[in-house]
Amino acid sequence: MKVLKIILLVVLLALLGIQFIPTTRNQIDIVPSTDLMEVYNVPEQVEIIFKTSCYDCHSNNTYYPWYNKIQPASWMIQNHIKKGKAELNFNEFGSYSERKRKSKFKSILSQVKDGEMPLASYTWIQRDAKLSENEKKAIEDWINKMLEDL
Amino acid sequence: MKKLKVILGIMAIALVTLTVFSCKDTKKSDDSKNENHMEMNDSTINHSDDENMEMNHQNMQNDNTMDGSQKSSKISAILDNYLQIKNALVADDTEKAATAGKNLYTAFDQFDSSSIVEAQKKEVNEILDAAREHAEHISGNSGKMEHQREHFEILSKDVEDLIAITGTDRKLYQTFCPMYNNKKGAIWLSEYKEVKNPYYGSKMMTCGTVKKEI
Repeated sequence: MKVLKIILLVVLLALLGIQFIPTTRNQIDIVPSTDLMEVYNVPEQVEIIFKTSCYDCHSNNTYYPWYNKIQPASWMIQNHIKKGKAELNFNEFGSYSERKRKSKFKSILSQVKDGEMPLASYTWIQRDAKLSENEKKAIEDWINKMLEDL
Repeated sequence: MKKLKVILGIMAIALVTLTVFSCKDTKKSDDSKNENHMEMNDSTINHSDDENMEMNHQNMQNDNTMDGSQKSSKISAILDNYLQIKNALVADDTEKAATAGKNLYTAFDQFDSSSIVEAQKKEVNEILDAAREHAEHISGNSGKMEHQREHFEILSKDVEDLIAITGTDRKLYQTFCPMYNNKKGAIWLSEYKEVKNPYYGSKMMTCGTVKKEI
């Protein structure tokens, strides 16, 4: 019993301790000229969907939830953003080669269609990021149109 | 005691530098083997100053530079692993596809584009950059075969475009499956004339037609 108490205490102290470790925040003030919305004429509906459901992890600007202030949630979020941005960064879309844009468009299409993205762990808390069938259709239609031109 | 630590530290640094340098050396000797080849390219660069050069002309130059076996052996590693992914997907073997994807990633990384003519370097780098990502996804998604196949589709186009520039000494068949990709169709490269479909595997093994011999 005593051992259990000590373990609990250690865990508690560790949890308290990690709260003081600072994390870097993924935020910028100015939208770069290579942003997807600057490069293409994106329909308003699609723009709103992308910004609410994708940009938190796939751009250099995140709207953080309140629990971002608490570790280890903050680390998990940071990790998701890092991976997300490495895979696709809408802020840098304009700097991608045509080949890469095409490939990214195709990947967005299939990820959205299969319901792989946005991540379930993200939409579980960020309810408004969840895509409705209509929203999925809007994304698919627009991307299919883009792919025809590319 | 402190002295011992310093000595150990120095030895460690020396060891690291030695390994780094020895690695560099092997690369260098590789390059020198290639020298022949590079000179040949240099002579063609002058011709290619005009970027609007006709495609035919470019292809001819490629044929010229293709005589050296060095370059084709480099593209060989890419093709070997690409075909291995293809055959794994034909056999519905997602793990094998992942392993080959990993090897393909390395092959792309080690591909030396220095012998490519200047006018085409940008495109080659773009292809390598994009294709590397597909190799990464194929290797990282063992168990998700449909995801691997999606990337294999785009990868196939990348590899086809790459060998259109570098050339290859191998006989390859460009095969077309009209059903894949929402009936938009998709191509793949195969070493066999016989159709074995990597997009559907055992579900539709013989779907597809040979479109072109490369």
